[in-house]
Amino acid sequence: MTIEPGLYHLLFISTALFFIGVYGFFTRRNLITMLMSIELILNSVNLNFIAFDKYLWPGKMDGLFFTVFIIAIAAAEAAVAIAIIINLYRSHQSIDVENAEDLKY
Amino acid sequence: MNEFLTLMKSELVLTGIIFLLLFIKIGKGMKNESLLSLIQLLLLLNFIFSFFFNKEGNLFGDMFYTTPLIAFQKSILNLGVYLISLLCSDWLKKTQHLPEFFLLMLSALLGMFLMISSGNLLIFYLSLELATIPVAAMANFDLERKRSSEGAMKMILSSAFSSGILLFGISLIYGSTGSISLPAISQLLNGSPLQILAFVFVFTAFAFKLSIVPFHLWTADVYEGSPIAVTSFLSVISKGAVAFIFITVLYKVFTPMLEIWYWMIVILAIATMVIGNLFALRQQNIKRFLAFSSIAQVGFILVGISNADYLGIASVVYFVLIYVFSNLAAFGVAAVIAEKTGKENIDDYKGLYKTNPFLTWIMALALFSLAGIPPTAGFFGKLFLLTAGGARAEYWFILVAALNMIISLYYYLRVVRAMFMDKNDNPVEPVKTAPVVKMALIICGGGIVLVGLLSWIFEYIKTLQY
Repeated sequence: MTIEPGLYHLLFISTALFFIGVYGFFTRRNLITMLMSIELILNSVNLNFIAFDKYLWPGKMDGLFFTVFIIAIAAAEAAVAIAIIINLYRSHQSIDVENAEDLKY
Repeated sequence: MNEFLTLMKSELVLTGIIFLLLFIKIGKGMKNESLLSLIQLLLLLNFIFSFFFNKEGNLFGDMFYTTPLIAFQKSILNLGVYLISLLCSDWLKKTQHLPEFFLLMLSALLGMFLMISSGNLLIFYLSLELATIPVAAMANFDLERKRSSEGAMKMILSSAFSSGILLFGISLIYGSTGSISLPAISQLLNGSPLQILAFVFVFTAFAFKLSIVPFHLWTADVYEGSPIAVTSFLSVISKGAVAFIFITVLYKVFTPMLEIWYWMIVILAIATMVIGNLFALRQQNIKRFLAFSSIAQVGFILVGISNADYLGIASVVYFVLIYVFSNLAAFGVAAVIAEKTGKENIDDYKGLYKTNPFLTWIMALALFSLAGIPPTAGFFGKLFLLTAGGARAEYWFILVAALNMIISLYYYLRVVRAMFMDKNDNPVEPVKTAPVVKMALIICGGGIVLVGLLSWIFEYIKTLQY
């Protein structure tokens, strides 16, 4: 027996993905993993847009356009973030957020 | 075609400057001093040009629109960037990567311009990213300093996280209304629970960018870590631009949810003012001190935003104009002293009046204006904000804001007392300020005094159409 996937299945997956990303962002201490968690959040948004586009607003292209731009921007953001992380590694010899603790309170 | 040229002229001029800098960088390059003078001249021309040929209209199927008020907001931002390029010229002359610095800064400014004029969530998101990603790279500009890279890391992670939250909110709005055009959304919103959830997500993202209290933690760290030129850009230009678009989004798009966001703004304004003030009390580093003071100022801007009518917009724009002058004067003095002596602590400012009377007077004027003491413009700015906030007759709210102004007086005057009265065996030696920097400081000081006294400025902002 096969279940035809509906809007609610996709929304369930994307919301779960969003909160997994948030959880990872809050608990992981490695900067690269935190960046990966942000990518999870952005991908959950992409899934949301495509699901809404397919099931609720077929024929409108807005959601698909948005997805394409999110993917591009995520790449740009990751490029800058990784450059900053490399520089942080040069000065701190580590990419653990716990070690970057000069600035406090 | 002609319409395209006139409506997008601020963006086109800025793009022209960016490309010019790019070509200078690719070409054989110029000496830092002459390049800096060239950039300052271009920015001045850009600022003057922003007052001419302002028309209203929209382009690209409502994706981009402009009105006289938006043109005025862009002029304020242009003025701020010009003043920063003057005030920090000591530091800028010494950096190895001067063209890159201005490339990043002007790209961020271009993003802010597009963000203010955006009539569509897609353009809004793209320009928001264009306004934040270069700033994160700028925060890391002191490549050798550990603190700079730490501040930049905190900035890029928190801004990426907040844009993720914003996107989730936007996707829910798209799901429930089927449109991403701002005027269409405001027609289609009906206050269903899904839309309220989406609104909370969007609001949270704005709160991150504006550093409203539960989301303010990155602010002080980034401000302290980055070079002062970047800190002043972040605290004045970035804050101002986000405040402008925030007010537009709340007033024009989320009008059906007025009851919900009014109370959110009231609660967050109180929290922002109280916590910003309490943390500012115990700061020793001048940049960190100004960071928490700018958080408290955002609380006052929120008081004005709660008006939900035209007076709210006028008072916020007027306050941002004053805030540009007063905050840049304070940061300018701090930049001069930090660049020449390396001192950034408030204790180092003790006895500054004996050695540097000019800098002390400008700093005192700026701090008085930030605190809101009558002859300076800051008083009038706060007055209009609180008047706008009192439109709903929730007078206890205005009372809390006024009490917070008294608390803030304590820590601003602490710095003034340290500069004028305290004795210091080892004061800051007399600093020679370059003529350009002196001119910029005088412009800021003149702005602080005149913008408040010339009442036609506020009247002019009130007549502008939005």
